[in-house]
Amino acid sequence: MNRIPMERKVLSENDRIAAELRAIYERNGTLCVNFISAPGSGKTALLERTLAGFDAGRRVAVLTGDIQTDNDARRLARYGFPVRQISTGGTCHLDARMVQRGLEGWPLESLDILFVENVGNLVCPTSYDLGEKARVVVLSVTEGEDKPLKYPATFYRADLMVLNKIDLLPYVPFDAGLAHDNARRVNPQIEIVNVSCTTGEGFDAWYRWLEAQRVPVGAGG
Amino acid sequence: MHEMGIANSVLDAVRHESEIRQGARVLKVGVRVGELAAVDPESLRFCFEALVSGSDLEPLVLDLEYCPRRNRCRHCGEIFPATEFPFTCPQCNSEETVLAGGDELEFAYMEIEET
Repeated sequence: MNRIPMERKVLSENDRIAAELRAIYERNGTLCVNFISAPGSGKTALLERTLAGFDAGRRVAVLTGDIQTDNDARRLARYGFPVRQISTGGTCHLDARMVQRGLEGWPLESLDILFVENVGNLVCPTSYDLGEKARVVVLSVTEGEDKPLKYPATFYRADLMVLNKIDLLPYVPFDAGLAHDNARRVNPQIEIVNVSCTTGEGFDAWYRWLEAQRVPVGAGG
Repeated sequence: MHEMGIANSVLDAVRHESEIRQGARVLKVGVRVGELAAVDPESLRFCFEALVSGSDLEPLVLDLEYCPRRNRCRHCGEIFPATEFPFTCPQCNSEETVLAGGDELEFAYMEIEET
């Protein structure tokens, strides 16, 4: 028997496509952000409020993934920016090929920001690089403070944690400080913003973070 | 729940390896799965066996190596199993440690039939 050592990732095909996407984004100066959370944490609400705060001329688009329905795309399309739904038909995460197909025919050179809303799931989307520049994990105060400890892989790979629904803090036994500590234990580099998509609290910090991730047009290419 | 896709990626790589070796049969594939890979080893094994069973790849065997999370101390360089938060260095008690392993999802080796 002949044993051949290998040093290759199992998802190397996904990673190859993700690298292609990343090169395209960089060439076009498009900031791609991948949103991951459990179902119901408020990814779509965060995107709705974010789009609502942009000027009409803002060069922004959204790809939103779900197992079934185009409900999210319809919700997000009301703000006048290009939106496409990726229906995975049962698959619990987006992969780079789905994003590549979802982008077909879209003029990326005319986009400054591309938001990719992953399927609601704190486990599987973690393994799949979509070519994004930044990964955002959304946690809401109606969940447990220990989610970062229960799902360390997701929080470890995120650049930013958005703690959502903070307008509900007076009504739920959720310790925001403990949630922050738990996220930083798993990932000392993680940045954190607290927001409410109902009141708009914290959106200044969220927009500031977003702008700080922007690649200047023409850079990298 | 995404282990079926990952099992498929393993089999694609096995087929590719066989192709570039003029159809040589792959008997065993070694895969490292890290604690932070978000992959359940048992589920991956189940999916792998379901896909191989009755296919042209039989009797291909999956050798899974589970890799626990390890951290490296920024002060003394010690690499240690990171089991409980906070990850404190057992050598010098520093809490300034960084991930040194445990996010693997990669091939270790393939065993090819001698021809």
